[in-house]
Amino acid sequence: MSSVLYDAPGSRAKWRNIAYTVLFTAVLALAVWWVYDGLNSKGQLDWVKWEPFFTSSQPYTAYIWPGLQNTLIAATLALVIALPLGAVFGIARLSDHRPVRAVAGAVVEFFRAIPVLILMLFANAAYADFTDISSDVRPLYAVVTGLVLYNASVLAEIVRAGIQSLPRGQTDAAKAIGMRKGQTMRHVLLPQSVTAMLPAIVSQMVVIVKDTALGGAMLSFNELLSSVRPMSANYGANTIASFTVVAVIFVALNFALTSAAGWLERKLRRGRKSTGAVVHAGPDGGLEAVGAGPVKTDAPGTTDDS
Amino acid sequence: MFDFLEIDALLGAFWVTVKLTVYSAMGSLVWGTLLAGMRVSPVPLMRTVGTAYVNVVRNIPLTVVILFASLGLYSTLGVALGGGDFEAINFRLAVLGLIAYTAAFVCEALRSGINTVPVGQAEAARALGLSFTQVLALIVLPQAFRSVVNPLANVLIALTKNTTVAAVIGVAEASLLMKEWIETYAALIPIVAVFAFGFICLTLPTGLVLGWVSRKVAVKR
Repeated sequence: MSSVLYDAPGSRAKWRNIAYTVLFTAVLALAVWWVYDGLNSKGQLDWVKWEPFFTSSQPYTAYIWPGLQNTLIAATLALVIALPLGAVFGIARLSDHRPVRAVAGAVVEFFRAIPVLILMLFANAAYADFTDISSDVRPLYAVVTGLVLYNASVLAEIVRAGIQSLPRGQTDAAKAIGMRKGQTMRHVLLPQSVTAMLPAIVSQMVVIVKDTALGGAMLSFNELLSSVRPMSANYGANTIASFTVVAVIFVALNFALTSAAGWLERKLRRGRKSTGAVVHAGPDGGLEAVGAGPVKTDAPGTTDDS
Repeated sequence: MFDFLEIDALLGAFWVTVKLTVYSAMGSLVWGTLLAGMRVSPVPLMRTVGTAYVNVVRNIPLTVVILFASLGLYSTLGVALGGGDFEAINFRLAVLGLIAYTAAFVCEALRSGINTVPVGQAEAARALGLSFTQVLALIVLPQAFRSVVNPLANVLIALTKNTTVAAVIGVAEASLLMKEWIETYAALIPIVAVFAFGFICLTLPTGLVLGWVSRKVAVKR
């Protein structure tokens, strides 16, 4: 295998690589041993602490599954509400009328610049002060509202980039056959750009799933992460084991979504019917697909493959 | 209307936010660069470990990482990172969590930068007899860094916003102060407006300045 950094290895390089491998293995083994020793000396590796997760279904039925359900409910609700809202704002940012563009742009930039936790705390307090939503469901409402406000603005950028990734000829042709602006958007631009946006939308779902955990920690929303405390209280202070199980579930869920997004992207690039353009949700450097700066669209074949 | 406003407390809280951001940014740049080096190295084992780290950490919620640093590392395993009072320990644990999480995104940004360097550059360098380390340090990384200023700026902005998650383990930064004020004073909208404005002051200039820098230093090809 050859890349910008190294050639196919010759005989000396092969030996050098073996030496590096040995050295790296030693460092890795040292690190693993250090972690193992730390865990072991505090008794966190005792079978008693892990056994509930392997021998009975109780931790799953009592804590994990209800938590996971709440996580999925909040994430799905947030996506379902944020998507149309994002589409409206994304299209509004492409409007021919300057005031519409300016207002939509200001709203989108405002909500992207603010941490999602701030939005959740705000929504929670606002529901408590100004509405009579019962305190049982208020955390769910607050989490979903915070997620919608933030992610709708990110999705708006994805929609905008998706529409802009279409060749200009599509709009010109629609105009030439006498379509109005609304018709052009509904019948020509949106249906085509949906394919380019799909991978980014699926990636955004990862961000939404991750952000629900904030609700558990700050708003006592009973999602997956919040099942760690009752579990470690119930099964003999098995903090590390409980965290590990919850983290593994999060990773499995989000890895499935990430892989789905990657699969969709490869499929779309190959497809002849699409433009071959795919929108990226930016380097997902945060709880979200990241702050300011336009969402990039890449021409086919220019992105890195992982 | 703004009688909740205690400027000293507000500035103090945002100062903690800024400190969290700066320390985590420096740490994750170093750790992220090391990870990126591992992910593009000629040694398959290093690549595997780097890839595994990035894929796992990227898919764990930051809240889980930070809470684990406090409940798992500190309370359970007694990792105090140099000791001191509770506040100092929690601050350092939050920085550790933010570094571990953000480094995965820094690594991915850098790696995409390495991929933008044309193979010809490295071929020329190897023709001059430079070693792998020299090719990486003298030819590839400088060009890669200059082409990823924008993605790194996005990571930095996300990091700034992510520091709010440190509130989960009681680090007295801006969002925790906002929570306290919301509970104490009956002035929800003005309070949120003040904190929203504070974060806009931190994130928007970062994006603008680094956007300008990225255009300045971009390698023209």
